[in-house]
Amino acid sequence: MRTEETVVTSTITILNATTLSASPLRDILHEVEKNLRCSVSLQKHSLDIEKTFDTSRGQYYSTAILTQVMKRAPVSTKCVALVDVDVFIPVLSFVFGEAQFGGNATVVSTHRLCNQFYGMPADESLHVQRIAKEIIHELGHTYGLYHCRNFECVMRSSTYVEDIDLKKSSLCNECWQLFEILSLNNLKKNE
Amino acid sequence: MNSPIALLIVDDENIVRDSLSKWFREDGYSVGTAENAVVALRQMQTQHWDIILLDIKMPGMDGIELQQKIKEIDATATIIFITAHASVDTAVQALKSGAFDYITKPIDPDHLSHLVLNAIKHRALQNENATLKEQISEFLNPDDIIGDSPQMKKVLELTQTVARTDTTVMIRGESGTGKELVARAIHCNSERKYFPIVTVNCGALPEGILESELFGHERGAFTGAQYRRKGKLELADGGTLFLDEVGNIDMKTQMDLLRVIETKQFTRVGGNNIIKVDFRIICATNKDLEKAIAEGTFREDLYYRLNVFTIIIPPLRERKSDIPILANFFVKKHARVMGKPVASFSAEAMDTLVQYDWRGNVRELENAVERAMVIKKNNVILADELPFQLSEHHQYFTSGSLAAMEREHIVSILKQNNWNISRSAEILQIDRVTLYNKIEKYELKRPS
Ligand SMILES: [Zn+2]
Ligand SMILES: [Zn+2]
Repeated sequence: MRTEETVVTSTITILNATTLSASPLRDILHEVEKNLRCSVSLQKHSLDIEKTFDTSRGQYYSTAILTQVMKRAPVSTKCVALVDVDVFIPVLSFVFGEAQFGGNATVVSTHRLCNQFYGMPADESLHVQRIAKEIIHELGHTYGLYHCRNFECVMRSSTYVEDIDLKKSSLCNECWQLFEILSLNNLKKNE
Repeated sequence: MNSPIALLIVDDENIVRDSLSKWFREDGYSVGTAENAVVALRQMQTQHWDIILLDIKMPGMDGIELQQKIKEIDATATIIFITAHASVDTAVQALKSGAFDYITKPIDPDHLSHLVLNAIKHRALQNENATLKEQISEFLNPDDIIGDSPQMKKVLELTQTVARTDTTVMIRGESGTGKELVARAIHCNSERKYFPIVTVNCGALPEGILESELFGHERGAFTGAQYRRKGKLELADGGTLFLDEVGNIDMKTQMDLLRVIETKQFTRVGGNNIIKVDFRIICATNKDLEKAIAEGTFREDLYYRLNVFTIIIPPLRERKSDIPILANFFVKKHARVMGKPVASFSAEAMDTLVQYDWRGNVRELENAVERAMVIKKNNVILADELPFQLSEHHQYFTSGSLAAMEREHIVSILKQNNWNISRSAEILQIDRVTLYNKIEKYELKRPS
C-alpha cells in the first residue's frame, strides 16, 4: 500500500524545448509531481536540437539529445528534455523517449503523442495525459525501474500511442515500492 | 517467468548493439552482445541463450553461415534475423534454413516486441512444462464494489460465477450504478486478467470516429492519417473488450461489430490485412434494448450475441441499506486523496443521505460526499453541508414509515410490469386514477 507519510523529496527539472503553452505545461508538471511525489521545476533549455537532425531519416537522434542533457543535468536532479521533434534510435523506426537507465537524464518527444498525428480530432487533455505518462515512465527508468507487466502501470512498455492511453499515469503498487527504495538510494548516492 | 530470458544480439554495428541492448534491458531481459561471428560463438560456449538476434550481413562469416554453427552448438536457440530492407530475399532463404523469423531495419518497435514475445511463446510451447497455468483460487473483490444489501450480494455472486467462464456478459442498470466496476471485477477474476480490459464508450463518439476507434486505421486511410493506428479491438487482444453504452452504437457499426464477434477477425479502416483477435466482450447499457429492437434501432441478432448472461445492478434508492456503507467508504477515500482526517456524518446528515432519491446513483452519492468533504467545517459532516436539502415533501419518507413502504412497493410493481399502468393497478388492487395520483405524489418517473 502507498502510505501518505512517505514523501520522496528528490527534484526533477524539465527542460522545455516545445512550443507548449503555459497551461498544458502546468498540468503536465502537476501530474508528474502528483504521481512521483517529487517537486518538479520548469527551465528554459539551451539544447542544440538541430545538431541532432539526421538527414537520411528526417528525424532527430534521441541518444544525441540525451547526451546533451547528461552534460547539463546537475548531479542531484533528474533532468527531462521535452522536445516536439520526431526522435529515433538507430535500429528502431521511432521512439517516444529515451532514458539513461539508472542515471539522471531523459528525453521525451511529444511529436507522436497528439491525436492529429493519427488523423484524429485534437484532444488537449489526452495530449497532456500522454506526455505526463511518458515523462513519468522515462523518469522511472532513470530511477532504475524496468518495464512492468501490469497493464495499468505507467511502467508498462508502450510501443504505440494507443497503448499509452490504456495505462494509468501512476506506478502500480509493486513498482511504487521499488521506486521508494530506489529513490532513497538515489538520495544517498547524491549526498 | 522467474529467471530472465537471455537474449544475444549479434551485429557488427556498435550503435545497433547499443540501442537494441538498451531496449531489451528496459524490458527486463538479460542481454549480451557480439560484434562478429567469433565472439558470438564464444558467447555460445559460455552460457545458454534463449533468443539470438542475428544481423544477416557481417564481415567475415555472414549470418546464414553463423546460424548453422549456432544450431550445432545449441539446437534449441531461437534465431531472429535482422536485415536491411534490400536483403529480404536472403532473409527468406534464412527462414527456410530454420530461423524463427526476420525483421528489417529500421525496426517498428511494436513489431519487435511482438516478435520477441512470439518467440518466447513458441519456446514455451516447445517445452511444455513452461506453460504455467495459474489457478484462480480466490475471488478478488475490487475495493470499490460495495454493498451489503441482498441485491448487491446477488450482483457480486453473479459476477463471481461469470468471471470463471468466458461468456459474453451484459450489465444493465441506471447510469451511475457502477457498471464499469462490475465489468472490471469480472475481468480481474477471469483467466484474461493478465491482459488489458479495454473500454469503449460507444455513446460518446460520433459515427466515423467510433469506427476508427474500434477498428483502427492504416496510414493514409484518410486525410491526416499519417500513421497507422491500432483500434480498441486490437488493443483488447487476449483480454476483455468493455463496450459501455452499447445501446448507442449506430446501425452500420452494429453490423461491423457483429461480424467481428462471429468471425473473430477484421481489417483496419483503409486496409486489407486481416487481423485476428481473441477477446471477451462485456457490454453495459442503461437503455431499453428490447424497445430499441422493436423500434428498429438495434439489431436483434447482435442483441442475442451480446445478451448471453445478464447482470442487473439495482438503483441505489432500491437498496437504501447500502447508503451508509458507501457514504463512509467515500469519506475515507476522499480523506485519503485530500490528505484530510477521516470525518463522520451527524445522525441528521446520514438520515438525509438515506432518504434522498439518488437519481444519479452511486456516482451522485460519491460527488455529494466529496463536496461535503471540501466544505465541511468540523470533523462531523452536518446535514446543511450536503449539496442538497430534502424538500419538505420528502420528509415523511423516513425509512420504515408507511409512506416509504407504499412508495417502494409501487415502484417495484411498476417495474415488474414494465410500467404498464393498467396491469400494475390491477395487482395493487386500486384504480388507475389512484395509481396516477400516487405516482405524482411520490414523484415516480418511468426509467428512460
Ligand atoms: Zn520504457
Ligand atoms: Zn508496475
